[in-house]
Order: sequence, then C-alpha cells, then structure tokens
Amino acid sequence: MLPTPDTSHVSFNTIYEPAEDSFLLLDSLSSPSEAEWLHQRFSNHSPLAIEVGTGSGVVIGFLSANAEYIFGKPITSLGIDVNTNACKATRETARKAIKEQNSSSDYLASACGDLCSAIKPQSVDVLVFNPPYVPTEELPALPNIEQNYRDEFEKDSHLLSLSYAGGLDGMETTYRLLQQIPDVLSGIGVAYVLLCAQNKPEQVKTAVGGLPNGPWLVETIGRSGKKAGWEKLQIIRIWREPN
Amino acid sequence: MKLLTTSFLTCAVKTCRSSPASFPLHFRDASLEKISIPFNSTFLLNILPRIDWTALQTTAAELGLSAMLPSENPQDALLAAQEAGEGGMDIAEDESKGTGIDEEVLKKLWTLLMETGVVEGKLVCGNCGFEYPVKEGVGNFLLPPHLV
Repeated sequence: MLPTPDTSHVSFNTIYEPAEDSFLLLDSLSSPSEAEWLHQRFSNHSPLAIEVGTGSGVVIGFLSANAEYIFGKPITSLGIDVNTNACKATRETARKAIKEQNSSSDYLASACGDLCSAIKPQSVDVLVFNPPYVPTEELPALPNIEQNYRDEFEKDSHLLSLSYAGGLDGMETTYRLLQQIPDVLSGIGVAYVLLCAQNKPEQVKTAVGGLPNGPWLVETIGRSGKKAGWEKLQIIRIWREPN
Repeated sequence: MKLLTTSFLTCAVKTCRSSPASFPLHFRDASLEKISIPFNSTFLLNILPRIDWTALQTTAAELGLSAMLPSENPQDALLAAQEAGEGGMDIAEDESKGTGIDEEVLKKLWTLLMETGVVEGKLVCGNCGFEYPVKEGVGNFLLPPHLV
C-alpha cells in the first residue's frame, strides 16, 4: 500500500482535514486497474496534474509522490485553493511527500483561485476535484482580494465553510467546475470528481455526457459507504477517446 | 511559484481567456529565489514539448534571465534531427548515451524552469491590465467582485 502523505504541519482551523472522501480518492486513483489505465493513457506523455480545492494537499501530494507507480512516470503538478492557508499547507505537504518517496515529480506551485479560472486552456492532463459537496441552503461567497473580516472567527468560519458547503444538491460549485472541463482539459486529459449520493450522481453523469466538445465518457471508478451511513461516496472519471 | 508555472496560467477574467494578449501573464516587481532540484534530463525533455517558447522568452526577459534560454525549443531541434534520420534516439534513452542536445543548454533550462521561484511580485494581464499579487510564492487569482 502506498503511504499517505504526512499532514502533521497543517492547522485545520480553516483547512479541511483529510477524511473518508480524501482517502477514497487516494485508493481509487492508485488502484491497480486505474494505474493500468493511466499508464496506458500517458505512455508517451508526462502529465500535468492539477488539483482544485487541495485543502491539506493530501491528494495532490499523494499523486505527485507516487506518480511513478500511478502514472508510470514522474509528473508536474499544481494545486489550487480559494484559501491561501491551504495553498501554503499543500506546498509543504507535496514537498515532504515527494522527498519521502524519493520521487522525481515536481510540485510547481500552489495558486489561490476560483476553480480553473486562471488555468490556461487545454493544458490540464489530470484534473482532480474533491468538491464542497454537502447540500446547504446557501452557497458561501468566494473570498476576494478586497475581503475584510470582523475578526478571526468570522474569517476561519467562512474559509472552512467553503471547503464543504455545496449549495443546492451540494452541486453548485461542482457544476461550475464541470463546465470548465471542455476548456481546460488537454486532448488526452482526464478529470476525477468525487460525488456523494445527495449530489444525484446519475443526473450528474448525464450532464457530463452533454458537455460541449465531446463525446465525453464517464465512469464510476471507486465507491465507499455502500451499506450504512448517509454519506455514500463515489469517484467518477471523465474523459474523451483520443482521435 | 516556479517559473514553469507561468506556462499554465492565464488571466482569470472571463473575457480575457480568448485574447492572445492574456498569455503569458507578465511579471512586475518580481523577487526571485533559487531552489535546488537534482537535474533530470529525461523529465525535462518530457516537459519541453508543452512549452510555448515565445511566451517563455517573454517571461525570461522580464525577469532578466534571457541568458538562460536558447533561442528555440531544443525539443524542436531534436525532433528535426529525428525526422532527418540522424538520431532516432528515444527521449527516454539512457542518459549516458546523450539526447543529442547540449547538456549545458538543458542544465540552464532546468535552472530556469525548475529551480527559479518567484517569491513576491505581481503577474499582470497584457489584455486587461489586472495585477495579480504573488505573496510568499503563492499567486492570488481571486478577482474583486466587479470583475467576476
């Protein structure tokens, strides 16, 4: 089993602590069947992997540090989060994990941003998103450069809420990300998105099929919490067949 | 933020995405750091095909690092040589056999792309002029409400 990156340096006041959803992403992306698929997909090409909403950095750190196993070669990687604390934490998580695994991968930078809005079109080979997927009455507003908070508590609560609160069906942010996929993914690009049962996964998959510049394929490649528990999770893979 | 990052960034303002002037973003008042990463020519050669050379030349010039950069992508020269049947060398070829590219050129490129970090400064869109701050190595691409 591949080691989980160390996140002991991360303060979880404003950052999502690695949980069942994070670990499902690690397990699903490094499963023998998925690794085989990725090896084949990127046999001639060293992929650029981007994680949106990195939080602690456990996922992108894992993918970078274990790239030789998962992709068959080292990768370059980037992390995006709306929370600058998460950006810095992720950079450190990735640095430590890559060193620990003696990987040749390179974590280029963390950037603070709204999803893929600042990412160059057609440049992403592997996109990973563990969204704020919990259904909530309201979707918290994004922070912005001019943001002022009354106190630290208000700031921490706001940033933490952005890591889980997903608005209607828990899907408001995820749908915005899905709409960016045709623009940011490269021709051989692939996206992994985590969904919970309340996100209405079958409806989401149909919507993915209808994205422009397709045909888009979508498949569930990992599941957890099948028996009890209200939070049933799955990972979907979104891709196109290369020409 | 390593210099190679700029190859994958553009302006976050929606109307700038389709404008050629929004790429690359332009450094202003940048302060740099040197990070040490063991040279890996295979990895570098795998990255080169995805780099827009004209954009990289612009970025290097803005940081006063043009001397680190050859005038054309060594990858293009390598491909040309392969097509002419001179090399036929796979880019994953054993390092000791060489890649057909001057190793000094590759080492300079490695230093430029992988070992040069921007710590503080601004990244400016050539289309709309918006300035994205870079602080402690993290670029902030969140827009103020009137630009979202």
